[in-house]
Amino acid sequence: MIQDKIFNKTLLIIATLFLLLILGIFITLIIFSLPSWQEFGLSFLWQTEWNPVRNEFGALPFIVGTLLTSFIALFLCAPFSLSLSFFLGEYCKKGVFFQTLKGGIELLAGIPSIIYGFWGFFVLVPQIRRFQLYLIDLRMRTETGSIQEKLLEALEIVPYGVGILAAALILSIMIIPFAASLGQEVISMVPQDLKEAAYSLGATRFEVIKKVIFPHARSGILAGIFLALGRALGETMAVTMVIGNRNILTWNILNPANTMASLIANEFPEASDPIHLASIIQVGLWLFIVTFIINLCGKLIIHKMNYKE
Amino acid sequence: MKEKNIRRRLIKDRLFLILIGVLSLTALIPLIFILGYIFRNGIRVINWDFLTQLPQPVGEETAGGIVHALVGTIIIIGLSFFLAVPFGIGTGVYLSENRNTRFSVIVRLCVDLLMGVPSIVVGIIAYAWIVRFQGFSALAGSIALSILMIPMVVRGTEETLNLIPPSYKEASLALGVPYYRTMLKVIIPSGFGGITTGVLLALARIAGETAPLLFTALGSNFLNVNIFKPMHTLPLLIYDYATSPYKEWHHIAWGASFVLVIFVLVLNIISRLVIKKWKIQF
Amino acid sequence: MENSILTIKNLDAYFGKTQVLKNINLSFPYKKVTAIMGPSGCGKTTLIRCLNRMHELTADADYGGSIFLGDVNIFEKNPITLRRHIGMVFQRPNPFPNMSIYENVLAGYTLNGIRLTRLERDSIVQDALQKAALWEEVKNHLNKKGTFLSGGQQQRLCIARALAVKPDIILFDEPTSALDPRATTHIEELIEELKKTVTIVMVTHNIAQAARVSDYTAFLYMGELVEYNSSERIFTVPKDKRTEEYLTGKFG
Repeated sequence: MIQDKIFNKTLLIIATLFLLLILGIFITLIIFSLPSWQEFGLSFLWQTEWNPVRNEFGALPFIVGTLLTSFIALFLCAPFSLSLSFFLGEYCKKGVFFQTLKGGIELLAGIPSIIYGFWGFFVLVPQIRRFQLYLIDLRMRTETGSIQEKLLEALEIVPYGVGILAAALILSIMIIPFAASLGQEVISMVPQDLKEAAYSLGATRFEVIKKVIFPHARSGILAGIFLALGRALGETMAVTMVIGNRNILTWNILNPANTMASLIANEFPEASDPIHLASIIQVGLWLFIVTFIINLCGKLIIHKMNYKE
Repeated sequence: MKEKNIRRRLIKDRLFLILIGVLSLTALIPLIFILGYIFRNGIRVINWDFLTQLPQPVGEETAGGIVHALVGTIIIIGLSFFLAVPFGIGTGVYLSENRNTRFSVIVRLCVDLLMGVPSIVVGIIAYAWIVRFQGFSALAGSIALSILMIPMVVRGTEETLNLIPPSYKEASLALGVPYYRTMLKVIIPSGFGGITTGVLLALARIAGETAPLLFTALGSNFLNVNIFKPMHTLPLLIYDYATSPYKEWHHIAWGASFVLVIFVLVLNIISRLVIKKWKIQF
Repeated sequence: MENSILTIKNLDAYFGKTQVLKNINLSFPYKKVTAIMGPSGCGKTTLIRCLNRMHELTADADYGGSIFLGDVNIFEKNPITLRRHIGMVFQRPNPFPNMSIYENVLAGYTLNGIRLTRLERDSIVQDALQKAALWEEVKNHLNKKGTFLSGGQQQRLCIARALAVKPDIILFDEPTSALDPRATTHIEELIEELKKTVTIVMVTHNIAQAARVSDYTAFLYMGELVEYNSSERIFTVPKDKRTEEYLTGKFG
């Protein structure tokens, strides 16, 4: 049938175009970042200087900023989202309460990140600033030469409010609904008969969770962590608004910094020098590669899990 | 077993439940707080003028409104819809019809890849492909958003079609219906509910995207319907106004946040209703 | 044999490298019910799916030999037009979920893009549903979705759908295996009635059903045609030892 051939060909062409789209994205990123590659080579990744005036570009401050915010956020949100997933996946599995909670969490996961950023900027950041002022005040009042004084001195607190801590907090709040609904699905997938077998042996619910559900859902939870991490790494707006956008390498979480994504959001519109633009795009390329690898790990774990069952 | 041991196990069990409950509730508090904050601050500035007027220069008596961003959001989202849906559904149908060929495994990998791409990177792409030649435009923004939307539509379509039992296809073929007609008239319509849900959820997500629009659609304080010119959308306006130094503009940003949240919630709720209404029993 | 409408000559069928049918020779008499029975995995479903060329739709499926409808080899015909002459009813009832009862009956026309007047449509629907003994039950709900019917009703709707395009032959692939006993009886009575107008080929793994419904019975075992005769003879005096063992429940 000629029409069948046309139909199949059309589908094939669309799928091929899709493939070309991806290829196009990748190639575009490489081509546009070429000047920066030629200038700095791989040392781009560990140079700490990012100076558009002197045309010196190194991405380390942003790599550190990205890793710090993402991992702190992940660490902060893990106990909460795990609790929610256990609560929804095991303790409260049906009924009106479950429906509202589950529906609510899915809706919250859909709230645009700009809104979290906006809220963070106007509510969270002033609170952090007050905390920093309190610390400074504390330093003034402690005796000179005491250990506390030295400790507070070492923190080099400047009451910006904005900074890595604010970004990590906002990120973790944002990720909770996403991670919790992933986790809930994984945990509710644990077969009922396995749990019943354990209950029939006289296990308490805690023991069932610890000995049956957790081991069974472990790889799923791990996959969820990877997917949540992928989201945190690439998140732009919420972070841009509260991180302070400073291009200096820092490990102090009370300091302003920049992540790879927030750097692009901030400097891309203003970059006029070709090498500056190319360096920003190279940061984008690395972000693209890193999130891809993280997501791929998550997907592979899920795939393996499905295959096993 | 000893009495004491059992009691200890039961206490442990109870403690764990309390821990889970407390942590779960704590997790919800900031989320509810954020929503409450947006609603309280947003509802204060919402009125008819807010939805139908253009913004006024700072210092005027009335703060003006966000009609330009509302129109812009609808135009940009609508355009992305038309760009992404045929592409996404086509690829989804292809993947569900050719499940295990090497080509479709590669395509599926690319869907995953695109799904996780940070949206800001997509903004760079749209800049490089379009803005460099044409200047900032709503069209460039739509293209960026449609790139984000395509993998979601592909995934929704593929998963829906995979759930349709092969016997429907066979029943149609056994009636002497050619393959392409079987697909177009039986299989794809049977998956209509699921595919629509996927599309609506994708729309809800791109409606809130800001990052890829920063250097594509750029934003404009005039009411503009020309897709080759810069245009504001709600999230872009929120970013612009929230980072401005003017208090009046902050109020507008709160109002716009409220409208955006409602918009996204409504899309989410509609997609749920679609699942219920067009849920097909197989 | 009297008046056969469909004749199979030296038919082989394969899935990849496994041969599932070996040199089958068989002819189906006009306006009679022929049952194909055998233990599961014997190739009976493959055989029936060769008759309307559905077998070749499976990936890596292959076949050899020929099947004659009248004097035309169906493998040289266009499968699309062939399938309009040879209808099929499947194991599980499968009315199209996106169509109403009315639209389901007409699916063979509408899906092929054939335009009918309102009057023609109404009469085709009524006629097919009456023949499928479903008209009385659904005549006031024609616009409801077919999936709201009970399993037995759904299967009769599928029969009506197959009948509506006025085929010469209808293939039934274990049509009652997903139904309860009452619905099964209903379908069996219907098949009895239908042979006045069409030739029927039916696959079943239910020996009693084959005995009740069919005029002729073919017994298939490990991809080979073991015995083919009038049902009366096969169930009373089977010639082959394997048939006898199967009928007495020694295997299967």
